[in-house]
Amino acid sequence: MSADTDTASAPSGFDNDNRQAATIGDSARDYLNRLRGGDMGSLPAILGLIFLFAVFSSLNDRFLTTYNMANLVIQAGSIIVLAMGIVFVLLLGEIDLSAGVAGGASATIIALMLIDYDWTWWMATLAGVAVGAVIGLAIGSLVSMLGIPSFVVTLAFFLALQAVPLRLIGSGGSLRFNDEVLRGLSIKNVPVTAGWIAAILIVVGFAALSLWRYRSLSAKGLVHEPLGLVVVKIVVLAAVVLGLTALLSANRAPNPNFNISGIPWVAPVVIALLLFWTFVLTKTRFGRHLYAVGGNAEAARRAGINVLRVKIMAFVICSSMAAISGLLAASYTGKVSPGSGGGNELLYAVGAAVIGGTSLFGGRGRAMDAVIGGLVIATIPNGLGLLDQASYINFLVTGGVLLLAASVDAISRRRRSSAGV
Amino acid sequence: MAEPLLELRGVNKSFGVVHVLHDVDFAVYPGQVTALVGDNGAGKSTLVKIIAGIYGRDSGDYLFEGKKVEVHGPRDVAALGVEVVYQDLALCDNLDIVQNMFLGREETKGLGLDEVTMESRARETLASLSVRTVKSVRQSVASLSGGQRQTVAIAKAVLWNSKIVLLDEPTAALGVAQTRQVLDLVRRLADRGLGVVLISHNMGDVFEVADRITALYLGRVAADVPAKDVTHSQVVELITAGRSGDLGIAENPATATV
Repeated sequence: MSADTDTASAPSGFDNDNRQAATIGDSARDYLNRLRGGDMGSLPAILGLIFLFAVFSSLNDRFLTTYNMANLVIQAGSIIVLAMGIVFVLLLGEIDLSAGVAGGASATIIALMLIDYDWTWWMATLAGVAVGAVIGLAIGSLVSMLGIPSFVVTLAFFLALQAVPLRLIGSGGSLRFNDEVLRGLSIKNVPVTAGWIAAILIVVGFAALSLWRYRSLSAKGLVHEPLGLVVVKIVVLAAVVLGLTALLSANRAPNPNFNISGIPWVAPVVIALLLFWTFVLTKTRFGRHLYAVGGNAEAARRAGINVLRVKIMAFVICSSMAAISGLLAASYTGKVSPGSGGGNELLYAVGAAVIGGTSLFGGRGRAMDAVIGGLVIATIPNGLGLLDQASYINFLVTGGVLLLAASVDAISRRRRSSAGV
Repeated sequence: MAEPLLELRGVNKSFGVVHVLHDVDFAVYPGQVTALVGDNGAGKSTLVKIIAGIYGRDSGDYLFEGKKVEVHGPRDVAALGVEVVYQDLALCDNLDIVQNMFLGREETKGLGLDEVTMESRARETLASLSVRTVKSVRQSVASLSGGQRQTVAIAKAVLWNSKIVLLDEPTAALGVAQTRQVLDLVRRLADRGLGVVLISHNMGDVFEVADRITALYLGRVAADVPAKDVTHSQVVELITAGRSGDLGIAENPATATV
C-alpha cells in the first residue's frame, strides 16, 4: 500500500515527499505529537464528558436512565445549534454576545406569526431565521465597515434586542408555543423503524464516502490517511450512531403502561445542520476563506479575499443559527417569554464551542466541536437538576467550566506557537 | 540586451510635501535577477508598491512587455503576471501548504473545492523548483521553518505562471543554510526565464545572484549597472553617497533643489 510509487497524475514528487502516514501506528504517534504540541482538538471535551457521566451516575441512579439520556439530547439541541453559529464568529477571532437574545427575539417573532397571523410552521420559521439574518447583517456591517470591536457591538445588541420580546409580549407575559410540528421537535420522536433506517444510512454513507475517498486519493498519489485509520473511524462512528439509536429506540417511559421510544426529532435537525455546515467549512471556497481570515486577515486580503464580506457572512450565519436555536429552546419549554435567550444560553454556547476545541483566538474550529462541547455543557444543568441542588451551584459550575475551557484553549495556543504544530 | 519585461519611465511620487521618487527609471529583464538596493528611506518600498499597484504614480509610464499599461490596483498587476512576495510573507499559519498556495484562487469542481487538482499542482510546482526540505504538501505552515515558509511563498508566486516575481528582503530573517536554499531558488526562477527583482540589504546575497544592480539614493536612481561591472565597495558607495567615481548622480541631490 505504499503511495510513494508515482502515478500518472502526480508524475514528479520531490525528495522527502511524504504522502501517507505509513501505518496506523505512525498516525497514532503523529496524533500524540500533536497533543503534546498543544493541538488538543476535542479531547478535553470527550474526557470532560466521561468525567461528568461518571460523577453524575455515581451520585444519582436516575442519571443514566434512557429517559434522562433522551432528555439530555433534547436539552443539548438548542445549545449545540447556538454553539454551531458561534463557531463561525469564533473562527474569525470575533465574539457575538447577542446571539442568545437574537434567538429569543427570533423565537418571539415565530410565536407571534403562529398565533396572531396563523402562519404555517415553515413560513413562521423562515420569518424567524430572516429576523436572525437581518440582526447578523447589522452586527457584521458595524463590525467590519466601521471597525467597532465585535465585543462592543454585540454587547449593545445584547441589551437592545432584549427590548424586542419585552415590547411584543409585555412584561410578565408569555406566548404559548404549541404548533404541532415545532413543539413536536422536542416532544415527539422519530418512528423507531425510520430511526433505524436513517442511522444505518448514515453509517453506510459515511463508510462508503470514506472508503471511496481513500481509494481515489491513494490512486492519484495524494496525501491520505492509512487504511487502518479510515476503518477505525468508520467503526467508531458506527458504534456511536448505532449505540445511540438502540438506546433511544427502547421504551423509556418511567411508567411501563406508556410507550415512549424513538429518536427525538431534535436530533435529525442537529445532524442535518452539522452535515451542512461541515460541508461549507471544509469543502467550499467560503469555508476556506473563513479559516484564512481567522488565521491571518492581512494575508487573506492580499490574496484577494473580500474580508469584509466574509466577516459579515459569519455574523449572518451566527445570528441565523441563533434563531434556530431560539426556536428549539421555545419548542422545549413550550413558550416564549420576555426573558428567553437572555440567561445562560450564550455563555453555554460559547463554552460548548470552546470546550469542543474551537479557539477563541480565531482560525481553528469545526461544526463538530459544537456538538461534542454542547453535550458536555448540557450534561451539567441536567445532572445538577437531578441532584436537586440550589441553582447557585449551577451558575458556579457553568462559570467554572467556561473558564476552564478558555484556559485550556489559551495554554494549548501557547504550546502550539512554541511547538509549531 | 533583450527587451525589458517590465519598465517604469520617469516615475515621480510624492506623499504630501515629501517627494519620495524623482524621475525613477527601472527595468526588469527576463531571465535576469535585478537587485534593487538602497539605504532605508531611499524609496525601495515605495517603488515596489508602485510596481505592485498598491500605490498610484504622480507621473511617469508603466510599461509591460514594451506596451504602456494602465494599472489601478494589485489585481491588474497580478493579471499581468507580476507577483510580489512580501517580507512578512502573507501566509496563514492555520492552513496547510496547498491551501496557502491556492488561497483566494481555489480551484472548484461542482459545488466544492477541487483538492485533487490543487494538491497535484502544488506538488508539481514544488518539484519543479527542486524543493527538497518540505516533508508533505499537507503540512501546516505553522510547522515550517523560516526558509521553508519563504520557499512556500515563492512557490505560491510562481504557481500562476507569473512572468515577474518581486522578492522583498527574502533572506532578512534567515540563517545561513536557509539563505542558501532561498538564493538557489531565486537563481532557478531566473533560469526559468522569469524576471526576478530582489530587494536586499545584504551585499553578499546581491552579488551572489544578481545580474543587474539598481541603486536608489534619496529617491533617485544612482546607478543601473550589470553586477559584474561593479565592485562591492562601489555599490556601498552608491547606496550611502549616491555616487562612486564616475558612476552615480552628478550633483549632490541632498543639496539640490527639490
